[in-house]
Amino acid sequence: MTSDNDRRRGLLARLRGRPGAPGRGRRRLGAAVRLVAALMLAGGAYTVLAPGAAAQENPPLSSAAADGKALFDVSCVSCHGRNAQGVEGRGPSLIGVGAASVEFQVGSGRMPMARQEAQAARKPVVFTRDEIDQLAAYVQELGGGPVVPAGDNLHADGNVAIGGELYRINCSQCHAFSGGGGALSSGKYAPSLRPATDRQIYAAMLSGPQNMPVFGDNQITPEQKADIIAYIQQTLKDDGDPGGLFNLGRYGPSTEGVAIFLVGIVALVFASLWIAGKS
Amino acid sequence: MKRRKFDVAAVPGNAARAVDDRFGVATPLRRLLNKVFPDHWSFLLGEIALFSFVVLLLTGVFLTFFYEPAMTEVIYNGSYAPLRGTPMSAAYASTLDISFDVRGGLIMRQMHHWAALLFMAAIVVHMLRVFFTGAFRKPRETNWIIGSLLFWVGFLAGFTGYSLPDDGLSGTGLRIASAIMLSIPVIGSWVTAAVFNGEFPGTIIISRFFIAHVLLIPGLLIALISVHLGLVFTQKHTQWPGPGRTNGNVVGERMFPRYAIKQGGFFMVVFGVIALMGGLFQINPVWLFGPYEAWVVSAASQPDWYVMFLDGSTRLMPDWEITIPIGEGYVIPPLFWPTVVLPGILVAISLFYPFMEARHLKDYRSHNLLQRPRDVPFRTGLGVMAVTFYVILTLSGANDVIADKFQISLNAMTWAGRIGLLLLPPLAYYVTYRICLGLQQHDREVLAHGVETGIIRRLPDGRFVEVHQPLSAGNGHGELDYAGWVVPKKMNRLGALGPAIRGFFYPIERPVEAPVSPGHPPVEPRPEREEVTSGETRP
Repeated sequence: MTSDNDRRRGLLARLRGRPGAPGRGRRRLGAAVRLVAALMLAGGAYTVLAPGAAAQENPPLSSAAADGKALFDVSCVSCHGRNAQGVEGRGPSLIGVGAASVEFQVGSGRMPMARQEAQAARKPVVFTRDEIDQLAAYVQELGGGPVVPAGDNLHADGNVAIGGELYRINCSQCHAFSGGGGALSSGKYAPSLRPATDRQIYAAMLSGPQNMPVFGDNQITPEQKADIIAYIQQTLKDDGDPGGLFNLGRYGPSTEGVAIFLVGIVALVFASLWIAGKS
Repeated sequence: MKRRKFDVAAVPGNAARAVDDRFGVATPLRRLLNKVFPDHWSFLLGEIALFSFVVLLLTGVFLTFFYEPAMTEVIYNGSYAPLRGTPMSAAYASTLDISFDVRGGLIMRQMHHWAALLFMAAIVVHMLRVFFTGAFRKPRETNWIIGSLLFWVGFLAGFTGYSLPDDGLSGTGLRIASAIMLSIPVIGSWVTAAVFNGEFPGTIIISRFFIAHVLLIPGLLIALISVHLGLVFTQKHTQWPGPGRTNGNVVGERMFPRYAIKQGGFFMVVFGVIALMGGLFQINPVWLFGPYEAWVVSAASQPDWYVMFLDGSTRLMPDWEITIPIGEGYVIPPLFWPTVVLPGILVAISLFYPFMEARHLKDYRSHNLLQRPRDVPFRTGLGVMAVTFYVILTLSGANDVIADKFQISLNAMTWAGRIGLLLLPPLAYYVTYRICLGLQQHDREVLAHGVETGIIRRLPDGRFVEVHQPLSAGNGHGELDYAGWVVPKKMNRLGALGPAIRGFFYPIERPVEAPVSPGHPPVEPRPEREEVTSGETRP
């Protein structure tokens, strides 16, 4: 009787089931629907909450940035992580540091780092100018950030007198009056400015690499930056030392003290040996 | 009319007689010119200081013609472009003018600065010579005290001169000096206010330091130097022990003519070295430091080398602040100990060392003969200990430059200085003491057994012995008394104790041909060896 009834009600009725308790088929189907819905929800949430996949897809990289990403994935990824998100204890995230940072760090050979230590040192540059530009484009497109203006000579209309005053106030505490650099705590240091190019100095002021503070355009305007670079490049590097053939490294009184003993006292002790020997 | 005969040869004699008739100087002058000075190279080190002081006076007078000791603000408009239009003190502007616009001004400024460094360096080297040879003992304790005072007055002269250019470096030095004065308990703030006429920097400190630097301190230096030299004349110079030299005589050259000519020549050498350094080595580029502004402190701001030990002691001092619970608490800052107490102790020890040593040794006799450093190991050890202490402090004063240039952590440098300051001086004392004893031991061995000849003799029973040349008459092997002077240790040093071949940079005479004994014909050179061949000539 029951089976006859079922047969008479047809497929739809069977799917709908009895008003009282759901049938076996319906229960199975409901579980399948709920599983699919849960999977869709989880997948959707994953898609929404994992921005890497979205960032990779959504703004398409320019061709230079794509080349930069290829270089990044070979040379930088071990410390700065996939998609430049940084690796705890090894390298910081590069999102938002800007092209200026890449230009300074890679352009001066500091990156890739030789080893983990207090501070990355200037080394022979690993990448070509084009490759550095591609890496810079990639990091710039990741999250924006400061960019160095175009051109190799950034101090053409700089004023050395204003630049000197700004240099002594803002830079000489660490890089010393001579631009020769100085020590910081625990093995860190402010490097010598002698090998730095205009663009590297500008990029360093914008990005504040390693232990250096950031001197953004609100603190030191682009014109003042040009003045400072003019002072460094013209006065500190090119003007030479009017006081003699040897500037003793411009390290201040410490090397002068060494010189008076190694040159003055040694020469005069030999002279006194010579004079006293003539008897 | 008869022509008057003019005898040229008699002119000096007549002139001298004319002078003596009027002033009666012949007798004292003869005494002075016949004064005898012992001759040894180490006795000339003090002269380096004296002669560099003369150079300091000469160059310093030149600088005062152009220097303006005023802190009024001016706008620089001289020929150094990177500072043109910058507001600065008149003192700094005139220093820039001396460097760039006065003809010969820069080399004069640099010679003055190098001469100042050389003056202090020569004083220290001279003091070490006097200390290690025991020349400060009775009756010369007073002269030792005057010499030590000369170092500390020279220290003040250097510091006031360092402050005069009013560039960034000298202003930073003044700031530290004012902080040191402020750290003195109770009277500190009054002392600072009195010196600076109110708060640092005020408007008068340059003028005050100027008059101290060009009048008061040089006057004091000249007075001390005069007494120093006068005492050397009246007490006579010490000498090394040696043949014919006793505690009661002086063996050497007369002041005139030879000694005076040599000293004149030595002055020229000192002047030449200072001039060369002033022309070749750039010192204190004030134009790079810029005008002093309180918010500008460059890295590698250091005092000159003779003040650097105070900088070092400050850098090594832990930050131990002592709060005395009076009222709201009276604070003695940690700066007080390394910069006021430490130099105070050093001055006291350096002044009174001769008396302390005499008391320790119960030796109150007069000594005119010097001692070799090895013969008084405890004094030599103490001296090396003091030098080690001073050198560690001086290196710590430059520890940021050393850390940067040799790529050492600055923190490691500071801790190395702290630990080294406590450990190395006693270690240096011990090592020096042992070296002195070892040298004494070797002297005694040579006196007892003779000089090593380098000749090895084989005895009939097959033993090998080295032949020694005995120093005493007879069969050798008798004890010879140690005379307190160099014991010959090589065959070619036997005899007059001088080098066998005279000449300093190259021999000025040929060695004498060795006399040939008739029993032993001269040794002929070995005949040339010929290669043994088959007799055939190869193509």
